[in-house]
Amino acid sequence: MRSLGRAAALILLLGWATGADAAIGGAVARQPTNWTAIAMFAGFVLLTLWITGAAARRTRSVSDFYTGGGITGFQNGLAMAGDYCSAASFLGITSQIFNDGYDGLIYAIGFLVGWPIVLFLIAEKLRNLGRFTFADVASYRFLQGPVRSFSAASTLFVVAFYLIAQMVGAGQLIQLLFGLPYLVAITVVGGLMMVYVLFGGMRATSWVQIIKAVLLLLGATFLVLGVLAHVGFSLEALFARAVAVKTQVALGTGLDPAEAAARGRAIMGPGGFIKDPVSALSFGFALMLGTAGLPHILMRFFTVPDAREARKSILWATTWIGYFYALTFILGFGAIVMISFNPAYVDASGAIRGGNNMAVMHLAHAIGGNLFLGFISAVAFATILAVVAGLTLSAASAISHDVYASVLHKGAADPARELRVSRITTILLGIAAIVLGIVFEKQNVAFMVSLAFALAASGNFPVLVLSLLWSGCTTRGAAWGGTIGLVTALGLTILSPVIWVAVFGFERAVFPYSSPALFSVPIAFAAIWLLSVLDRSPRAAVDRAGYPAQRLRSETGLGVHDPAAH
Amino acid sequence: MQSPDAPDTQREARIAADPLYTALVRDRQRFSWALTAVTVIVYSAFISLIAFDKPFMARPLFGTITIAVVLGAAMLVGTIAICAVYVRRANTDYDARLAALLDKVGR
Repeated sequence: MRSLGRAAALILLLGWATGADAAIGGAVARQPTNWTAIAMFAGFVLLTLWITGAAARRTRSVSDFYTGGGITGFQNGLAMAGDYCSAASFLGITSQIFNDGYDGLIYAIGFLVGWPIVLFLIAEKLRNLGRFTFADVASYRFLQGPVRSFSAASTLFVVAFYLIAQMVGAGQLIQLLFGLPYLVAITVVGGLMMVYVLFGGMRATSWVQIIKAVLLLLGATFLVLGVLAHVGFSLEALFARAVAVKTQVALGTGLDPAEAAARGRAIMGPGGFIKDPVSALSFGFALMLGTAGLPHILMRFFTVPDAREARKSILWATTWIGYFYALTFILGFGAIVMISFNPAYVDASGAIRGGNNMAVMHLAHAIGGNLFLGFISAVAFATILAVVAGLTLSAASAISHDVYASVLHKGAADPARELRVSRITTILLGIAAIVLGIVFEKQNVAFMVSLAFALAASGNFPVLVLSLLWSGCTTRGAAWGGTIGLVTALGLTILSPVIWVAVFGFERAVFPYSSPALFSVPIAFAAIWLLSVLDRSPRAAVDRAGYPAQRLRSETGLGVHDPAAH
Repeated sequence: MQSPDAPDTQREARIAADPLYTALVRDRQRFSWALTAVTVIVYSAFISLIAFDKPFMARPLFGTITIAVVLGAAMLVGTIAICAVYVRRANTDYDARLAALLDKVGR
């Protein structure tokens, strides 16, 4: 505990010292050190470290570390919302709406529609069969080695891309919001997430996510009330004024009145976000089915006691996430109305000062001044921390529980050593996250989140669905079919414009669509089916014979593992 | 799969053979797949509308509010609503039937 306090003091000191540096040096005069934001963020950090300390005293067993000893469906729903609503969606979607209007909502809806799929097909059975990781369920009746190895590899891939996107985004964001250097920002994020997971395990991670979700929802709600008060609490008036503003902006660029009016009205309908229908559907399916295969989300189902609480978790998560996306829609339009003509927020060319993602930050300043800007900045930072902590925990559990305890030690590992392995892994992951954040600083990482979703949709999702719902699925089918899906998704992404053209510099992409899911998901299902059907090995007979018992337990919850049990 | 509790195979066999069990599994599975189909079809239709008929989506319904905005809002609300439909059915119907089944075969 004492070392924890010292670590906290060190991190805070680091923040203060470099903040002061930047202020004196004036190197980042464009975004001066925001003391309100730093003070509020320091408050958040102290609170979460205190929670981590309390959680650390109660984290003794492997089960404590992975599940946090059990929370309710309502709490878990909030934590899932906290895990899922990244800073990228808060800042990115509002900015997209600020720039293009309606299109931001298409993104938001894609992120939401995966939740019912998780609820209908996976959540309850997952809870009834599993203990710590989704691989417990995917490998339930199969030979542990191959299926767990696949699941762990797939988890690491998904988490790596998701994490890189979050870390780079975090570094840039904090640089802008707090006036801290990129390196310091990355180190603070990586260090804090390491402390949460290392000492507090799932219990601390859950509460960091819950607190963050509450802060984010409250902050966004206050902002929306500010926007609505500005337009007399009429959505129609908000949209009408946004159209008028966009028309005026278009007039300013020298368009004739008719064209300018059309440009203004265009924000109320879909624009250039969706180009060809194949890309649109493919991208939509990646978001929808990927949600059902995200390891850090699936892991959260093991924090509640039973299937009933698992399904309640989803209803609450969906409600909060849907509410949050509705708020971002209003905030984007609010930003159009309230910051478009203010030279403090927008430069002469109409670009947002401080970078493309800052629309909602300027809106916060326009509504509530420096204090509120500070609050929203701190919320954005908290948001990043909560997401990366969840990702780290799921990667650590894949290595310690799936690879170390289940594959290497055939399920007979000493629990104390398993716990130690997960903590060592957490430290290594924290270091890896910081290094990756630095390596990818100047790269375009925007596609990595959608790549993570595509990989989850093409690997984890088909394996999980077929192992849960199809009696014919075998070890070979699950392990190799899942791998084929994963590799297809990765390969098609490399051949697509975002890497083949943008990174490798080829003139034309081999695979012309923006997301592989529409192809890689069916390929994964077909591969698992074909390999299972053709599987005549003795193990296949065992796998098929195990289905009725697995099904019975997944339906009834007999023998369910209680997260609070030691 | 290492399991802390020894599986009571006799009891599980009794459950598996019980008509209440087979009916529960069949009904729940049918309902889950139906709702999954609704979700996938409605979402695909929404994306297809955007992809194929942008002018239709941009048509104003009242004032500046377009069909796209109304359908988008309906997607957000509908997604939450379809989850609520399932949870309500599961909390009342399925949970009660499962409890009745477990009572019948002896807890």
